[in-house]
Amino acid sequence: MKKVSLFIAVIAVFFFSSFAVNVPVPYKIGDKATDFKLKSVDGKMYSMADYKNAKGFIIVFTCNHCPFAKKYEDRINDLAKKYKPQGYILLAINPNDPIAQPDDNYEAMQVRAKEKAFAFPYLVDEGQKIYPQYGATKTPHVFLLDKNRIVKYIGAIDDNVDSAADVKEKYLENAIAALENGKNPSPETTKAIGCSIKTKK
Amino acid sequence: MMKPLFLVVFLTLFSSKIMAQEVAVFDNYANLEKAILSEKNTTYVVNFWATWCAPCVKELPYFEQLNLENKKVKVVLVSLDFKDQYEAKLIPFVKRKNLQSQVVLLTDKDYNNWLPMVNNEWSGAIPATLILHQNQKIFVEKSFENFSDLNEFVTKNIN
Repeated sequence: MKKVSLFIAVIAVFFFSSFAVNVPVPYKIGDKATDFKLKSVDGKMYSMADYKNAKGFIIVFTCNHCPFAKKYEDRINDLAKKYKPQGYILLAINPNDPIAQPDDNYEAMQVRAKEKAFAFPYLVDEGQKIYPQYGATKTPHVFLLDKNRIVKYIGAIDDNVDSAADVKEKYLENAIAALENGKNPSPETTKAIGCSIKTKK
Repeated sequence: MMKPLFLVVFLTLFSSKIMAQEVAVFDNYANLEKAILSEKNTTYVVNFWATWCAPCVKELPYFEQLNLENKKVKVVLVSLDFKDQYEAKLIPFVKRKNLQSQVVLLTDKDYNNWLPMVNNEWSGAIPATLILHQNQKIFVEKSFENFSDLNEFVTKNIN
């Protein structure tokens, strides 16, 4: 009887898991994130592996069109400038399909990067292959990785989208500080509103 | 004597037709829940949206139709528009689209606190929809394709 139920259990697991194959499981804290090789607005390709001496990576899924992402543009730029000298490299990835969301096409990204003098690579998720692996669902959506690409923090940049001046908790900066001190960030994940990622129809 | 009274009645009727609904503003989700989502015998279909969210705006007519045709539910459209765009964008939008479902503005920015109160699995992407039915909470983070997609989802979950 035991054997039969075990057999059924094995079959059931096999049966259900076979359906989940095509949907990657979103990263959780402690998972190792994939590297990528993506084109930036300067026409060059960027990978995390290029930054041999990095202490960590700030991966920001963001885009041109989303009002929520726009509210964070300047803050993202400031973070990139502030943390690069400290060894934390900010890489922004636009996950949206350029047909589904024309405001987020490559040329528009180049224009926006120039207007706002982005101090970070602004990468195209060509073919939308990277964001599903990370489990990004919206813009902006931040993943903080340590130098071994282990996911340490997932969520929002801070707790006030409307005004940088009124922020009470700088979630991302606190998480970087925790990493610097060899600690785990607290909180490790936060929630925030954002624009859903626009996929190819 | 009759004439002015008639005029008043006429104007009142007329203006109530063209006047858009009042949009209440809440700066705290818990208060919103208490104030408008707490009638025990009502099934609520709560849609989280914003005027700046294109897929949200696209599916609003399906929620309007649901509110009109499905007598078992009450639709509440919770706008997450920015506070400073209440007058400039939200109110004109509600007026222009002549929205009949109840619209409220939620300006609670402590997302990390209130998003899990709606649903623990909500990543924060909108549109998102919550059904409150007999102490049950059914949540989905997606866009509906058309009215029947929405209506079937709602019917399936409240019967």
